[in-house]
Amino acid sequence: MVSAMWIRSTLAYRASFVMTLLGNCALTALDFVGILLMFSQVDRLGGYGLAEIAFLYGTAGTAFGLADLFAGSLGRLGTRVRDGTLDAFLVRPAPVLAQVAADRFALRRVGRLAQGLIVLGWSVTALDVAWTPVKVLLVPVLLVSGAGIFVAVFMAGAAFQIVAQDAAEVQNAATFGGNTMLQYPPTVFGDGLLLGVTFVLPLAFVNWLPALYILGRPYPLDLPRAVAFAPPLVAACCLAAAGLAWRAALRAYRSTGS
Amino acid sequence: MRLYGVVAAGAFRRYATYRRATFAGIFTNTVFGLIIACTYVALWDERPRLGGYDQAQALTFVWVGQALYAVMMLGIPSGFEAELADRIRSGDVAVDLYRPVDMQGWWLAQDFGRSVFQLLGRGVVPMAVGALVFELALPTSPARWLAFLISVLLGLLVSFALRYLVALSAFWLLEAGGVAQMYGISATFFCGMLLPLNVFPGTFGDVARVLPFSALLQVPADVLMGTGSVAGGWLFQAAWAAALLGVGRLVQGVATRRVVVQGG
Repeated sequence: MVSAMWIRSTLAYRASFVMTLLGNCALTALDFVGILLMFSQVDRLGGYGLAEIAFLYGTAGTAFGLADLFAGSLGRLGTRVRDGTLDAFLVRPAPVLAQVAADRFALRRVGRLAQGLIVLGWSVTALDVAWTPVKVLLVPVLLVSGAGIFVAVFMAGAAFQIVAQDAAEVQNAATFGGNTMLQYPPTVFGDGLLLGVTFVLPLAFVNWLPALYILGRPYPLDLPRAVAFAPPLVAACCLAAAGLAWRAALRAYRSTGS
Repeated sequence: MRLYGVVAAGAFRRYATYRRATFAGIFTNTVFGLIIACTYVALWDERPRLGGYDQAQALTFVWVGQALYAVMMLGIPSGFEAELADRIRSGDVAVDLYRPVDMQGWWLAQDFGRSVFQLLGRGVVPMAVGALVFELALPTSPARWLAFLISVLLGLLVSFALRYLVALSAFWLLEAGGVAQMYGISATFFCGMLLPLNVFPGTFGDVARVLPFSALLQVPADVLMGTGSVAGGWLFQAAWAAALLGVGRLVQGVATRRVVVQGG
């Protein structure tokens, strides 16, 4: 209902809405144009061809787009903490998390999701992969659990913003930065970074590990092949942990009182 | 003139107050710099001397980009232009127009104060981290660094002039958020943030290099590394700055004569 309200309010300025929607498509599309420009100069990047990188790009983009659509508003929580308007949410008879997620619900974020799906769709037709039933099934599982992991990051970030008052940029490093990183093959990055995103902030489970199984590529850090099927479990654990962090942060919340 | 100095100092202090936001910004610029630098290493491993840069120069470009990101207000802009657009929408701009100062000059002083803080606050640290982790092609001569600073200043004028136009669009559209976003996207892409403009192929690259956006990052980076002519770079930036500031003045004149200010 809150989302519907924000949709109506955005549609009030129609010209601006059309421009933001187009802008959102362009924003993410130019990202991919950047990769295409790289491939206008080279045939492989980190040992991967264009179709394979497009597959990584599409899976990361779709999972992130899904998470951003439903939980992206959590990234702006810091502003509400700072100006004290979070208090209004606390007295309403609805879950605070749902209200914050729906706050300033931005329909334009559909653009990001659509663009991820388009690149993913193209990459699937261009890939040279022997599709087995397991691999086909793994794609939707990857997208949903990947989105789950990103949602958990958004939630944990929001909890952190309550405590730190305003640190939206730190969250951006994990969400938008993570999305950017996952668009490239893991061979591009150093072992230190790979260890970090596998065992500390488990972004590698969003798309790298299942996608490398589908592409039949070796894993980073010599991980066993079975980890390709771990993402749903990882996502569930992350969501549970983020939920606990959110509740703890909300309990410790002190209004700025303005 | 003294007044503008006070306005700029005020804006500097205002941004300096948000210490936590500054640290968060430094962190983000550093993380993005590391990710992009890794992809550039892979790209330049594949094609050494791509776009006329060697690997060290390409990596320097990445970190100059991160250092100037907040200074040039890349990404979706959220500085004075949002404030001014808001004042236009609410009608408060009428008060600004009464004031015995030049409106464009006033906001320029504001934006200047902000960007000087961002250069110190968010420019120096990511660059230092980049220099520690990767081998960069930074010049040792102070003259080159001075030339770079002048180029940054000229780039800032171009950036300001463009964002001033974005804000003025609110006189007609009331809500400048959409224009701001479109601006942010084109500026970020065509300044060379995703990929240096000299890597852009063919005519597309030629067009990209003469757009005003290249004054925001490509030109300052080339001035710093000595990969482009200093005087030529300055001239290019100054010409765009003069032209765009002039257009801003013209549009402001039309807006204040023709458009009815809202509010009561």
